[in-house]
Amino acid sequence: MSNKKVETGAFYARDRAWQPPAYTPTYKTSVLRSPRKALLSLDNTVSEITGPVFGHNQIGELDNDLLLNFSETGELPVGERIIVHGRVLDERGVPVSGALIEMWQANAGGRYRHKKETYLAPLDPNFGGCGRTITDENGFYSFRTVKPGPYPWPNGVNDWRPAHIHFSVFGNGFAQRLITQMYFEGDPLIWKCPIVRSIPDEAAVKQLIAPLDMASTIPMDSLSYKFDIVLRGRRSTLFENRREGN
Amino acid sequence: MTQPLHYLKETPSQTAGPYVHIGCTPNFTGITNVYAEDLGTSMVNDQTEGARITVKGTVYDGMGAPVKDALVEIWQADANGFYNSPSEMRGAADPNFTGWGRCPGDMETGEFTFETVKPGIVPFKDGRPMAPHITFWVVARGINIGLHTRMYFPDEEAANNADPILTRIEHQQRVPTLIAKKEGDVYRFDIHLQGDQETVFFDI
Ligand SMILES: [Fe+3]
Repeated sequence: MSNKKVETGAFYARDRAWQPPAYTPTYKTSVLRSPRKALLSLDNTVSEITGPVFGHNQIGELDNDLLLNFSETGELPVGERIIVHGRVLDERGVPVSGALIEMWQANAGGRYRHKKETYLAPLDPNFGGCGRTITDENGFYSFRTVKPGPYPWPNGVNDWRPAHIHFSVFGNGFAQRLITQMYFEGDPLIWKCPIVRSIPDEAAVKQLIAPLDMASTIPMDSLSYKFDIVLRGRRSTLFENRREGN
Repeated sequence: MTQPLHYLKETPSQTAGPYVHIGCTPNFTGITNVYAEDLGTSMVNDQTEGARITVKGTVYDGMGAPVKDALVEIWQADANGFYNSPSEMRGAADPNFTGWGRCPGDMETGEFTFETVKPGIVPFKDGRPMAPHITFWVVARGINIGLHTRMYFPDEEAANNADPILTRIEHQQRVPTLIAKKEGDVYRFDIHLQGDQETVFFDI
């Protein structure tokens, strides 16, 4: 546990111009699943400022090792071995410790282990495709996996997802809850993807593209990609209005 | 010249996609050998204080079809109105209640279910009481950024009528989209992403 002071301020308003809008017709599924009325703006109450905490004791030793956490024989999955690492920070640049990160991905051939998956690429008997970890006191996290393959999906007649890893992130307030996807530097499919292009700002898209990080590779073992995640910042509570006698 | 502000930008959201279960509820999708249990499956134990309730519902799309791949999370106060969170400064929450639940929609029907307790009263920023409520967060394929809303209780009419948030909704005819329906022992809270009954979603 860190000795950092617990923060209780409201979160900065979300920049909705930086985030994808709900209705993005080139991503067809969004058409019927997008609210069309204005969102009700709500400065955070204690219901949004608080959030659940996940302890390191809830996380198993192999949970962040997707190379080993599924295989029952100890055999390794097929694919490029990679380490993905980075930090979770908030908009102020403050590290977010104790953040729960859950990740899921297709195997090296672009196939998910899921009942509804229909792509003809084969399952890998040694790869489950899920993992999780908790950031340390300085906001750092890492996990080990194989680089996922791109895959086709029914949207346009010939749409392909760039290689990506899905991330679910819990900060320390429920208003920080975020799900996103990490892409890989140099993938030509990124800029063609209707899901990527649901994000209006090119600079925002670049925030999802992890660079190859040669400094963190392990020679003769694994390549490495670095992916930093930014959650909403908190206002200071020093100057909040207080009612008399409260 | 001025100093730059140097704030970072929040990481952009991307849809949870159709396979969110692999990452968030792997046991539910048949990956049973990685985690002992899916997180958020149980919120209560035998010693949890308060009135046990069941909350069920379905997420519907703009054509009224159930969204079968949705993942729903809830966050709520305990029976005394305290959150089980370090940021809760008002008092100690019930250690036998997590306050957080996660449930994937049933793959055939889309229905989600939470076994929880009825939350107590939590104050608004100015100290006025808020009516008992549960915060919901919904993701699915086709949802580009997670949707926040709140469920209120049909048997709390007086508290709902005085609630600082419900009373400031400009179109008061939309308030019923935030109030569950009582069906026997079950509170039903259906979420409509779009259309005439579109649920009020919050920018929190
Ligand atoms: Fe995917």
